[in-house]
Amino acid sequence: MADSQLPLWEVFTQPGHGEPHEHAGSVHAADAEQAMQNARDVYARRGEAVSLWVVASDAIIASAPGDAGPFFDPGNDKAYRHPQFYKVPRGVRVF
Amino acid sequence: MTAPSVAGKREEIIANPLFEYLLRLGDDRLVLGHRMSEWCGHGPILEEDIAMANIALDLVGQGSALLKLAGETEGAGRDEDALAYFRSEPEFRNAQMLELPKGDFAFTMVRQFLFDAFSVLQWDALATCTFAPLAGIAAKALKEDRYHLRHSSDWMLRMGDGTEESHARAQKALNHLWRFTGELFESDAVDAAVHAQGIVVDLAAIQSRWQQTVFDVVGRATLAVPPAGATSSGGRRGRHTESLGHMLAEMQIVARSHPGAKW
Repeated sequence: MADSQLPLWEVFTQPGHGEPHEHAGSVHAADAEQAMQNARDVYARRGEAVSLWVVASDAIIASAPGDAGPFFDPGNDKAYRHPQFYKVPRGVRVF
Repeated sequence: MTAPSVAGKREEIIANPLFEYLLRLGDDRLVLGHRMSEWCGHGPILEEDIAMANIALDLVGQGSALLKLAGETEGAGRDEDALAYFRSEPEFRNAQMLELPKGDFAFTMVRQFLFDAFSVLQWDALATCTFAPLAGIAAKALKEDRYHLRHSSDWMLRMGDGTEESHARAQKALNHLWRFTGELFESDAVDAAVHAQGIVVDLAAIQSRWQQTVFDVVGRATLAVPPAGATSSGGRRGRHTESLGHMLAEMQIVARSHPGAKW
């Protein structure tokens, strides 16, 4: 069904200083200022955030479901791409 | 003393000016907050519905804090619930503008804007008063109301400079509300008495700054400031429009039907 509402915006909240902004959800809004206010009212009204980003949803380039095979499956059997794969030599301090 | 009975009555009314002053502040927020809460579940879109519920909760919270403090000041054992739910219409001290029915979205938002622009200035002055409990409430409420003003100013611009219909509705609301705005800046013996207690709010200065904000936003919204004319007031002395009684009946019925109930 076509979305008859205002344009969609993705909302990112930063839960604390120095932490990454994380995707919280989306809001409808006519423009950036209204998107910011709606994001504040919907996702930050209970003190969940110290900073907000809003991004027009159509500005996000997303991977297609059909890309999942070539994009992600090859990573599953290559344990050596994780640093934990390698043994730490004796004498190296582990933090 | 042979003071005329009118003067005697007047003295009786302001026997406790601080209590009276706090009622005025608290009733403004409680009544406007209740009117705003009537939008809950009826907002134009989900996001705005949540925004209006947030604003309503902020205002009711401010009203609650102020009425609690008023009750303590009165010293007669009345708490914020007693003052909110067990006073009748003539005992309410809110400005008349705030009790008018919520109307359409334009009416609600124009009223909110006119009050927000006033309220931030009032809190700004009260945040530095020497009556510490009130200064504390003011500092917290100032932050809330600055956001309310940002939200309502934004809607003024959107409606005024929006479609033909939104412009017409916003202008109609502004015209209707204009005569009620003067009451916000009226001062009387209560203001003079609390001035002596360290609560100094220069309403003339606030009015001039309020006009700057309102004229600026109304102008940018391509709306017209209505001409000065007759003003309607009396709320500070318990004279209200017919709307308040209906509103209180709904607001108070649960508390009055089940006095002392806890939930």
